[in-house]
Amino acid sequence: MQLNDDEKAMADGRDGPAVQRAMDLLLRYGEALGAERLVNTNNVCGTVSATTPFMRDFALSKGGMDAVFSEFNLDSDDVVEIPPVKTFTSHLQLGFDPAHAEMMGVSEDVVKFYRKGEGYIAGHGIQLMNTCTPYQVGNIPTRGEHCAWMESSAVVYCNSVLGARTNTEGRESTGAASLTGKIPYWGYHLPENRLGTHLIELDVEVTSTSDWGLLGYFIGEQVQDKVPVVNGLTDVPNLARLKHFGAAAASSGGVEMYHLVGTTPEAITREQAFGRNRVIETLRYGEAERRRAYEQLNHTADDHDVDYVMLGCPHYTIEQIWEAARLIQGRKVHVNSALWIFTPRAIKALADQNGYTKIIEDAGGVILSDSCSAMSRAAPKGTKVVALDSAKQAHYLPAILGVQAWYGSTAECIDAACTGRWAGRYA
Amino acid sequence: MNTVADTVVATLHGRKVVGGVAEGEALVTEAHISGWGGIDSRTGTIVEMRHPLRGQSFAAKVLVFPGAKGSSGWSNAFHLTRSMGVAPAAMLFTEMTTKIALGAVVTRAPALTDFDQDPVALIRTGDWVRVDADAGTVQVIRRAVRTPTGP
Repeated sequence: MQLNDDEKAMADGRDGPAVQRAMDLLLRYGEALGAERLVNTNNVCGTVSATTPFMRDFALSKGGMDAVFSEFNLDSDDVVEIPPVKTFTSHLQLGFDPAHAEMMGVSEDVVKFYRKGEGYIAGHGIQLMNTCTPYQVGNIPTRGEHCAWMESSAVVYCNSVLGARTNTEGRESTGAASLTGKIPYWGYHLPENRLGTHLIELDVEVTSTSDWGLLGYFIGEQVQDKVPVVNGLTDVPNLARLKHFGAAAASSGGVEMYHLVGTTPEAITREQAFGRNRVIETLRYGEAERRRAYEQLNHTADDHDVDYVMLGCPHYTIEQIWEAARLIQGRKVHVNSALWIFTPRAIKALADQNGYTKIIEDAGGVILSDSCSAMSRAAPKGTKVVALDSAKQAHYLPAILGVQAWYGSTAECIDAACTGRWAGRYA
Repeated sequence: MNTVADTVVATLHGRKVVGGVAEGEALVTEAHISGWGGIDSRTGTIVEMRHPLRGQSFAAKVLVFPGAKGSSGWSNAFHLTRSMGVAPAAMLFTEMTTKIALGAVVTRAPALTDFDQDPVALIRTGDWVRVDADAGTVQVIRRAVRTPTGP
């Protein structure tokens, strides 16, 4: 890889051992990729926190959070002192919600250690957004901005909806980027790799959030990690719909970039979306494809008694919390069921202010932040059957928790929470 | 008396991703591997539902697969296998992504890609494989135990 003078100086130790270790990792990583150079970034989303007993024990025996950062964020052979980050860095979701740790089955000493780590993270200049949706709470990159983001649902949103440029980074590469402001110039940083490869023609209308989840799940399975271009939309989707769509496509496949003709910024026209690429394959999305996606998402479920309803994957928007509050106002969560809704802390504060938290809590539900059931592996005790309005969560949760999962609309999920029964159906 | 004959049945050439030399029994799959949510980092076992290798451990084996899929926690999940002493001995894969590149780098096992022949098609689970990532070569060895039939 070609390094400029500034990068060489960092690699030679000018800015101290931690920056030197970070450059060493970026060089090894860039060469593994076959990248020719690095690119500047001032927008990193990663994770530093230690939320498992293993991480806590690692920190306690090896030298605290500097040891965790050295090993798991820099892949360093030795423990080095970590300076404050150089670039704007946002913290993603964690292994639990520290405000509801007991409910999630997390022991007090793990919470205590996490709290200390939170001070470390903030003290190093990392924004404690604690969400898989940093674009909801103040980190909205500009079109064309080079970023280094983790979290597949955020990566696909960043590339496709915002037109910023990132690959799916990992814990170590985002750690190195936060200290250097550099990331390999490869993949979706290059304009030619952002062009469409597959055309998806819509034969059915796609309007609700659950419609978008089904479409995303279908597309991901079909194109895997290629760049789909969706043509034939009749409605302009809002943030929540695209959040669910991208998360679904990144779960059933590995979609990191898509185009919606006439809607997303690099696809004003079909011609722009494909550029010089030829269309590898044209796929049609009609009633049969839509039904198949629905059946795949519901294939683990046959028991209609629902123990647990989880909403907020990816983290709920304030609009979705408002919707949930309207749906549940005046009702009660069934004695045999539970309702947990996950959202970023900043949006939870807004929900508190608007009275939605009270409405949901009065009904017997809970609003949590920082995590979700897949990240935390936590669900109400004895949960065997869950109901979800997220295709991503329906994809992962049966494997992670060994539960059955129903997928449907938000309204069907709230009904399930209030009746303890799944009555959702393909519509 | 039985004799063991090692035969080099194939030599592949590829591009170094992570340097080093290692050998071990091959574990081959045509399916992509998920890191976070797809493996148990404490044992090096594939846990993904419906994965053809579900229940099998890649610890100390030469893992031969098309590439990575799933969550951005891929590298961390494989990094942890090294911390736990259950990392693969080497990794041979065909599709380059940021997940697999970073994951291979932090696993620190010798790794190769961009082969002249398809390792997933050529190597069978149970073959003995010698990987020299610095030289860019992979030797596939089949071990035949011969029992003499004559007097």
